[in-house]
Amino acid sequence: MAVHAPAARAGQARAPESVRRPRAGAGYWVYLVPGAVLLFAVIVVPFLMNIGASFTRWSGVGTPKWIGFDNYRRLLGDATFWSSFQHNVALIVAMAIVPTLLGLLLAAALFDYIGRRFGTRTASALRAAYYLPQVLPVAVAGVVWGWMLHPSYGALNQVLEAVGLGSLAENWLGDPDVALASVMAIMVWFQLGYPVVIFMAGLQRVDPALYEAAEIDGASWWRRFWHITVPQIRPETFVVLLTCTIAALKVFGPIFVLTRGGPGKATIVPSYFSYQNFFEKANVGYGSAIATVLAIIIVVVTFLFLRVQERES
Amino acid sequence: MTSLSVRRARSAQQAGHARGRLPGAGPGRWAVLAALVVLAVVMLLPFAIVALNAVKSPAEYSAGGPLALPHGIYLDGIVEFWNRVDFGRKLLNSLLVSAAVAVLAVVLSVLNAYALGVGRVRGRLWILVLFLVANTLPQEALAYPLYYIAKAVGLYDSRLALIIIFTVVQGAFGTYLLSAVLGNFPKEIIEAAEMDGASRWRILWRIVVPISRPTLNVLMIFFFIWTWNEFFLPLIFLISNDNQTVPVVLGVLQGERMMDATMSSASALLGIIPAVAFFLIFQRTLTRGVTVGAVK
Repeated sequence: MAVHAPAARAGQARAPESVRRPRAGAGYWVYLVPGAVLLFAVIVVPFLMNIGASFTRWSGVGTPKWIGFDNYRRLLGDATFWSSFQHNVALIVAMAIVPTLLGLLLAAALFDYIGRRFGTRTASALRAAYYLPQVLPVAVAGVVWGWMLHPSYGALNQVLEAVGLGSLAENWLGDPDVALASVMAIMVWFQLGYPVVIFMAGLQRVDPALYEAAEIDGASWWRRFWHITVPQIRPETFVVLLTCTIAALKVFGPIFVLTRGGPGKATIVPSYFSYQNFFEKANVGYGSAIATVLAIIIVVVTFLFLRVQERES
Repeated sequence: MTSLSVRRARSAQQAGHARGRLPGAGPGRWAVLAALVVLAVVMLLPFAIVALNAVKSPAEYSAGGPLALPHGIYLDGIVEFWNRVDFGRKLLNSLLVSAAVAVLAVVLSVLNAYALGVGRVRGRLWILVLFLVANTLPQEALAYPLYYIAKAVGLYDSRLALIIIFTVVQGAFGTYLLSAVLGNFPKEIIEAAEMDGASRWRILWRIVVPISRPTLNVLMIFFFIWTWNEFFLPLIFLISNDNQTVPVVLGVLQGERMMDATMSSASALLGIIPAVAFFLIFQRTLTRGVTVGAVK
């Protein structure tokens, strides 16, 4: 058994574990065996296979043909690939940046304004309303909006006509100029509750004396927002930005349900683009290359965020 | 906006966060409240419109439009959709997969975290990074090989394949989180149990697991809901009607020609109801669990 005392000090043992008996860490590795075997079978090996397939031309049946970096070279010149990442950036705006900014404002307004003037029950009720879309499976959220925005019977156009704004009616998901904006708006609706809830939870641990002292000094709500709320919930802001950015990079369900990447390529995203190559066009090698690039971007973004966060704290 | 006199601020301070004692900016505070309420209405409107139109007949819908109140509760659209897609079966599939994953992924997380958090095995930091990366990887980068392997071993189009995959994916997150929690597990308790001659296995199930119950319950709920909400891999793996889950059948049927306006809203409502039900059922446990974690 190779595992001995040093194991206890591996990593940055946070809790000072002064004197551990030499045999303390030994033998625990047995408990990792099922987890390790499954992790290899379900994640590590498939991921390596995916990387391997990205260097081949393969339809999914027969023998893959090794073609080196050809798929990646082709990606660089593929307009669909680039626009899929542009749409990803748009979705990061809609799913991470806008909800975080709005969420900060709303959480602060609910906590430091509504909660104190109209009672915490009012604040909680509003928070629950903002959060409700988040409990839906994202595909179901797509079904709800696919119905609302349907060009012939959808509720939105009918309502617009009913109130005399018929000229504003659009084929919301079918017009290439509008589709991406519609998807973005839907994703803001879906995502907003998450930062509000996380930020309000974070505000609970801020010392109320800070706010009171600022008020005594005559600080306006905006000043308190900038100088107390925003700095105090920095850690939560990081977590929300990171998780929402990753979710935006991975987004698949809403695109599949709402637009299938269309009309044309107006809303295509990398995950849907790779899915098409895997299961519709039988270009498994090319699909794998797209998925590999997406995976690398996500892992790099995660590490960058964690680095910045570490430096901040 | 508000400049308070010191005396008033003090009295507010003494009363903790006294409600309504602050002299708001007169009508200003109602304007803020109104704006936030309007936003809440906008957020809830799609739910209301879906529910409203799911209980209308198609004739009623075309006559009165989406905003008219229904004349009565017309359930034929829901019933017909339910029967047409055998929705009960989809609910059972979703329930089976999500419940199995919730339990198994928590067991797997506990085993891993016991070795990493309590046992502090060698190289734990790198092992944790591996689990974290495993959880962040996009499923797109695993999908085709998993699909290929599942076909090779005869697990394609089976719920078991999904249970295994999601157990590992959710378990990777659980391992990461639980290792941190169990890293702070009081050593004295474990040492005392060791003195009494308890084996590691006994210590895990008789001491560590019961004491960590609140955290494990929260994890189990998260895993259940996350698995319920999954769409991409179930879409790929469950192709036969009998195996499909709720999000898959609704997502695939969205926009089909056979669906008229009221039936579409009926299908959306059937997707919303279980999600909101879980939210209401689990909310208490979640708030309690989160609080317990915070106190710790």
